[in-house]
Amino acid sequence: MSLKTFHIVFITVCVLLLLFLSGWAFSNSRQGGGILDAVWGSLALATAVALAVYGQRFLKRLKHISFL
Amino acid sequence: MEIPYTVKPRPDTGLYNAKIGIWLFLASEVMLFGALFSSYILLRVGAPDGFWPDVPTAWPHGLLNVPLGTFNTAVLITSSMTVMMAWTALKENNFAKFRKFMTVTLLCAVLFLCIKGYEYNDKFTHYVIRLKDGSALTGHLEINGSSPRFWTEDTLAAKKLESVEVLQDIPTVLRYPSGFKHEEVAHEPGEHHIKREIKTADIQSLRPFVPATGTFFAIYFTMTFLHALHIIGGVLVMGYMTFVGGGMWKTEPERYTNRIESVGLFWHFVDLVWIFLFPVMYLL
Repeated sequence: MSLKTFHIVFITVCVLLLLFLSGWAFSNSRQGGGILDAVWGSLALATAVALAVYGQRFLKRLKHISFL
Repeated sequence: MEIPYTVKPRPDTGLYNAKIGIWLFLASEVMLFGALFSSYILLRVGAPDGFWPDVPTAWPHGLLNVPLGTFNTAVLITSSMTVMMAWTALKENNFAKFRKFMTVTLLCAVLFLCIKGYEYNDKFTHYVIRLKDGSALTGHLEINGSSPRFWTEDTLAAKKLESVEVLQDIPTVLRYPSGFKHEEVAHEPGEHHIKREIKTADIQSLRPFVPATGTFFAIYFTMTFLHALHIIGGVLVMGYMTFVGGGMWKTEPERYTNRIESVGLFWHFVDLVWIFLFPVMYLL
């Protein structure tokens, strides 16, 4: 597995972590955590989307490098 | 004599030797961290009911600084992206750009270690105090305006202090003969500590948040310190490859690029371990 492939795996796991973090923060916000937790959740969600977009662009840019 | 398959892939594996080597090493690392994660799960599932710190082996919640942990996660994700960009720069024959990205990676790694050090220091100045009336509380000691590290009840006796000021954590858990309950301490909204004076004669035991204090701290420090050691290892190797060993780029550019790929694989693995450590330790 090349660094390119491992990077894609890494970014995918990071996106999943950020989605989890976002859910965790929104859940805290609903249980009386307040506006800060809601902002936290929104930031995590936005970062997850940004990372997913980065991953897609990265894949396009490194088309010529092998996955092995 | 030339070492074979440092650049071209071996016909039987389809990979150059360093890549096989680093993946074998990473497989052993997966077993090491896998065993520790399994231990964490078993210890946590087997932890007795009741409130920490009244039950020392119960599982404590909310002791770690989530904003700092999240920031450190962002720092490591950024470092993985920059190490990837550094390798890509070598593939595009741009050594200057490679050095720039590697420097950012190294700075991220050092920043991570500094924040981790700050978190550790906060734990070393944080105490669980058990009183002679059967109650227990947590907080930071304040002695002459500073927070001492690693004190115990023996230190209090040796220093002959009559009383200590404690920045008591909110919420506080206290134990009463009738059972456990959370004590509601009067405080302003957003306040996380209240100052309280405790007589030394009333203190049964004083323990800092160190591995010997409880199962949670033992596994927390074991896993995060082992991870930090990997970060230090990565910093040393990346620093050497970027600034001292960079001369190889002029003589054997392909071999050098492959070495950087191996370093990048290791760095991604170390970051991936943190991506699992963070939610397990800080959030769940």
